[in-house]
Amino acid sequence: MPGAFAVNNYERAIRLLLLGAASTSILIVILIFVFLGKEAAPFVVRPGVGELFSTRWVPVSFQKESFGIIPLVTGSLLITGLATLITIPFGICSAVYISEVAAAWEREILKPLIELLAGIPSVVIGFFGLVVLAPLVKGLFGLPTGLIALTGALLLALMALPTVISISEDAIRSVPASYKSASLALGASKLQTTWKVTVPAALSGIIAAVMRGMGRVIGETMAVMMVTGNAAVITASPLSSVRTMTATIAAEMGEVPFGSEHYQALFCVGIVLLLATFGLNMVAQRVLKKYRIG
Amino acid sequence: MVAPGREPSRLETKVKVEGLDFWYGTVQALFAVTMDIPARQVTALIGPSGCGKSTFLRTLNRMNDIIDGTRLEGKIFIDREDIYRNGVDVVALRKKVGMVFQKSNPFPKSIFDNVAYGPRIHGVRGQGELTEIVERSLVRAALWDEVKDRLEINALELSGGQQQRLCIARALAVDPEILLMDEPASALDPRSTARIEDLIGELRREYTIIIVTHNMQQAARVSNLTAFFYEGRLVEFGPTKRMFTVPREKQTEDYITGRFG
Repeated sequence: MPGAFAVNNYERAIRLLLLGAASTSILIVILIFVFLGKEAAPFVVRPGVGELFSTRWVPVSFQKESFGIIPLVTGSLLITGLATLITIPFGICSAVYISEVAAAWEREILKPLIELLAGIPSVVIGFFGLVVLAPLVKGLFGLPTGLIALTGALLLALMALPTVISISEDAIRSVPASYKSASLALGASKLQTTWKVTVPAALSGIIAAVMRGMGRVIGETMAVMMVTGNAAVITASPLSSVRTMTATIAAEMGEVPFGSEHYQALFCVGIVLLLATFGLNMVAQRVLKKYRIG
Repeated sequence: MVAPGREPSRLETKVKVEGLDFWYGTVQALFAVTMDIPARQVTALIGPSGCGKSTFLRTLNRMNDIIDGTRLEGKIFIDREDIYRNGVDVVALRKKVGMVFQKSNPFPKSIFDNVAYGPRIHGVRGQGELTEIVERSLVRAALWDEVKDRLEINALELSGGQQQRLCIARALAVDPEILLMDEPASALDPRSTARIEDLIGELRREYTIIIVTHNMQQAARVSNLTAFFYEGRLVEFGPTKRMFTVPREKQTEDYITGRFG
């Protein structure tokens, strides 16, 4: 029958089209990895991978350049870690409030507002950090400058919150009502039920939410560059200026001689950054998937 | 067992319901229900779907409170105390009136933590005391022998029948006087159902049990007293034996003999 054959061809064409679209995005991801690797590769030969593990990032010098990415990695880790610590309590409490406490009309207002927060351009958040937050932090701790890791972390927390709240709220809301009934029927108060049954039951989803949030902010550049002081030092102090991997790439890429060691070192930084976000998102994806099934 | 011909009113009353009306929004679900439920007996609530028997059950521990837009009139006394008067402590009420749900609903925690949940909520802290309560409750729920070596595994790994007995153990752990059971065996296979029914037979010596069931044979097997609900009204309430042999109301007879429902 020719009719059936025609339909079959049509279906096949659609299938190919969709396959093409899907594989294009995968191809692009692979190409990015290849491109980064290709640009960074000469660095492995000279001056060698060991150079990356030195403790100083001095890309321009009259004596000796040094391309240790340790200060940049620790800078990124410090800020992201601090941001996580700030995000977790606020994120979980907000999610609990929206899903368990708020009246229907409050939820109608809160959820879109929080999701709107995710849409603010990071440069605008950076402005806010520079003009409002940095002086506040400076005054609060009596520091010579407010451009420090803590300020950056606060901004990152602000940027991670919408993601964390939104996914956590979904996780909390999908906890079966039967758990809550069981708890209430045992004489638990609403508050006890929320903290001892609902939140623990949603924990894997909440963890995934936090990781997603972190995946989002570890790659954040603009706001961080504006408020963290950009000093490439190894420190664990929230009140010290730091420099992140992202800010380094953004600030130096424009002026670096093409193909120089400095240029290759920046690509190495890019690879580390990409692997970090990739890893975070993959783990979050795993956790989310497992918890949706389980 | 209730002696033949002996009516419920002669037994010590545990729950006294007077002129109970109940609404979901504007829909009335219960009409002027009046009944005295005796202590340490098994009372079965039977009737077709939507007859109000589950709604009635949930008024006894005020679980309907958590549904928006519900309203109740009339009075319910448990041990002569009006449970709907202002300022009643719902926590204390629900501690006294335990509940087992239709679908087993253990928390996604260990077996131990499931049973210990209630006592912990009510302030028991000592590990020794908790261990003792957990063991005693699991023994009473006839689950101890099956799980005593693996109290730390997740409760969701148990079979459906075991999960339901765990839920019964969890309810017993807070030392209730009344146990409400909402079709506790309807989702279980015949063997697990038999175990739950045996368990009910054991528990009735110590607890006042009120059980909703769809299954007439089950009502006949496990209960001393049966209440037949139809369209939100209590049609007939009496000793199970008499209800199933010489029902007084035509509707009861029709339902029991399978003419409707």
